[in-house]
Amino acid sequence: MQPSLERHAHLIDFAISSLLRRKGKNLSLLAVYVLIVFVIASLILFVQALRREASLVLTGAPEIVVQRMVAGRHDLIPVSYGADIVSIRGVSEVVPRFWGYYYDPVFGANYTLMVPDQSPPAEGTIVIGPGVARNQRVKSGDLLTFRGASLQPLLLTVGQILPQQSELVATDLITLSAADFQAMFRLPPGTATDLAVKVANPREVATVAAKIAERFPDTRPITRSEILATYDALFDWRSGMMVVILGTAVLCFIICAWDKATGLSAEERREIGILKSIGWETTDVLLLKFWEGTVISLTAFLAGLSLAYAHVFFFSAGLFQHALKGWAVIYPDFRLTPSLDPYQLGILFFLSVVPFVAATIVPSWLAATTDPDSAMRS
Amino acid sequence: MAHIRPSRWYMLVTGAALGFVVAAGFHASLNKDADQMDLLYRADLVRRHRLTDLSLFTEARYTRHPAMADLHSAFQDHPMALEHFPSGSFISPPALLKRNHATKP
Repeated sequence: MQPSLERHAHLIDFAISSLLRRKGKNLSLLAVYVLIVFVIASLILFVQALRREASLVLTGAPEIVVQRMVAGRHDLIPVSYGADIVSIRGVSEVVPRFWGYYYDPVFGANYTLMVPDQSPPAEGTIVIGPGVARNQRVKSGDLLTFRGASLQPLLLTVGQILPQQSELVATDLITLSAADFQAMFRLPPGTATDLAVKVANPREVATVAAKIAERFPDTRPITRSEILATYDALFDWRSGMMVVILGTAVLCFIICAWDKATGLSAEERREIGILKSIGWETTDVLLLKFWEGTVISLTAFLAGLSLAYAHVFFFSAGLFQHALKGWAVIYPDFRLTPSLDPYQLGILFFLSVVPFVAATIVPSWLAATTDPDSAMRS
Repeated sequence: MAHIRPSRWYMLVTGAALGFVVAAGFHASLNKDADQMDLLYRADLVRRHRLTDLSLFTEARYTRHPAMADLHSAFQDHPMALEHFPSGSFISPPALLKRNHATKP
């Protein structure tokens, strides 16, 4: 081994022996440190993967969705608006969307019901999302009972259960025929939930949306870029729960670093004094302290990051599930697409390793520059 | 048994952990094809059914479809606003709110 590497190997030997002399304190510090890195890294990986998923999957969402607003609330829109909207230059198609929510009082679950305009299920048949099948414990061919608009029971046969891959977009989705939808909700004739507008040229979407809002003052056009922006803001650090989790983790980290930075114990001070008196240079002491800080912080960073990766991508962020699920009865059983963003890992590294190493070195530097005799006596 | 220096142990453990992180990067790229197929399926489902939102939070209509929620939904008032449903506190106000919805005179 090269002499310089050998020197560092000896320093690491000494640093580990020194840390092991205060085994209880340093092991508990390492455990807390791993936990903090684990929580922050899990959040970063989870949020990044979800945002990526949303940005890729929702590119197929309608270019513009036109809602009607009445007294500040979303209301049913006359299908006749579509005929006017399609006459706007740049609009190639306007399709009314029929969808709504159904609360199942037996299972306490909310479902999203929708009539697909392309190949809807036959009358009396439904296609259900995997979450609905799990919740109701039904399989293809089983009957499901719903309550119609006039409280009459509506028996529908499960024609198909959507595959597991659909969990993140359709776990609670039930698609049905227009006749069954009408029997369930009895929408006034000539109305739809909203209108999906297709614009041939993506660069004209904003102009078309402005024209729709101008021509129909009671409507609210929602563009695809706004839908994507909503999901980009999902789990934004400013949102309530994120502030609490990140704030707590950062505070824990500050307490750890503060404990290190506010000074050395009498034993550590004496140790530095002895090292200086037997001939160690100040740079040697600082290198020793650098390795002490690195051994703890790098180990915690790598262990916390590895655990976070396994937690998010192998165990579907199980620890966050209870918080994310809230009071929902149906929660998607999804597996996120694994990805590691070097930029975010770099930020996590510089936030977790560098300040801790600095907080270890600075007080040691102050102690190492004092007279060995007074350092030993203090 | 030969005595192994603490520095060797540390290098071994750190090397193994570093190896895990590198392997995680490979794992992410190895599964790309299978994951891509799943993503394409979901994207196709969204396109065919003209869906607008992820079915992540099903507890309330404005958390099930945050992009479609009306402007007066509770959680959209303010990120720290008192929120009835827990999932509302995960989502910050949508970009829609930053836009002026008033009709121009």
